Amino acid sequence: MPLSVKMSLLIIVLVAITTFATRVIPFLLFPKGKEIPKTVQYLGKVLTPAIIGMLVVYCLKNTSILAHPYGIPEAISVLVVALLHIWKRNNLLSIGVGTVLYMALIQCVF
Amino acid sequence: MSQYKKAFKKAFPYTIPVLTGYLFIGIAFGVMYAEKGYSFLWAMLMSVLVYAGSGQYLAVNFFVPGISFVQVVFLTFMVNVRHIFYGISLVERFNKIGKSRWYMIFALTDETYSLLCTTKVPKDVDESKFLFAISVLDHSYWVLGSVIGAVAGTLLPISSEGIDFAMTALFVVIFIEQWIDKKNRIPAIIGVTMATISLLIFGANNFVPPAMLAIMTLLFVGRKKLDKEESICH
Repeated sequence: MPLSVKMSLLIIVLVAITTFATRVIPFLLFPKGKEIPKTVQYLGKVLTPAIIGMLVVYCLKNTSILAHPYGIPEAISVLVVALLHIWKRNNLLSIGVGTVLYMALIQCVF
Repeated sequence: MSQYKKAFKKAFPYTIPVLTGYLFIGIAFGVMYAEKGYSFLWAMLMSVLVYAGSGQYLAVNFFVPGISFVQVVFLTFMVNVRHIFYGISLVERFNKIGKSRWYMIFALTDETYSLLCTTKVPKDVDESKFLFAISVLDHSYWVLGSVIGAVAGTLLPISSEGIDFAMTALFVVIFIEQWIDKKNRIPAIIGVTMATISLLIFGANNFVPPAMLAIMTLLFVGRKKLDKEESICH
């Protein structure tokens, strides 16, 4: 271990508290019993699909499109997952095939 | 059969994609942390207390001599800042739940958030117990994955490189499901485009805050039209 037990524990606790803070803030701002403003209700409704769209991009953020392999493995795999899912609508199948394909592509092909 | 047992039984099939994803990326975290010289007990402790995918990947880099606590808090906050917006869409729903909501708030990861928002609660099961069961199951997969990774990850016969694509695939699947439902397509498009533009301008490490800002702005600009759409999270 590069750090003492005490230091390591301290870091974990700090990371834990900070992470929890980002999750709990909205619930502290709008506690039980307090009427939720219309604007926040609206945001709650439309933010989810927007965030899920952002998360797809977030997962792919380290893909380099300007250098080899130019994001081709990612593009192929995402496309396969999407088409397979539109066709069969089976979560496990889409995710399983997509992941194995991606691993094969980056390890053996590119 | 107790109410909770029933809720867990009903919830389990919905969590299978997260089970696969979390085992994979949990293992990757366990391997990375073990390589720093920390035993599986440390990986387990961090996964129980912190429970954040990208947050824990980042945190592995904090365990070096001379790290500043300010930096630990700042970087962790930045990588997790998107979580603030998850809460906003769940405030109404969670406020109906009793004390267990505090655990569920703690356990609000990307994947659990997506499941809670997109899963239709079966009719014969109590909603809050069902949602609680999803949260607990997902958390346990994450802890299990990181322990497996820390113990045996390096012994895997094949390279696990690229295994974290499971998470990308999970979000693509959730995105498609939502798209097929024909609900909220415009916000979905806004999310993808703004995130992509922001990524191109600000780069992988800084694009989330400006992307969120752009998304919020557009959602407000288009409020009149979008407010008529149906909610998927309530």
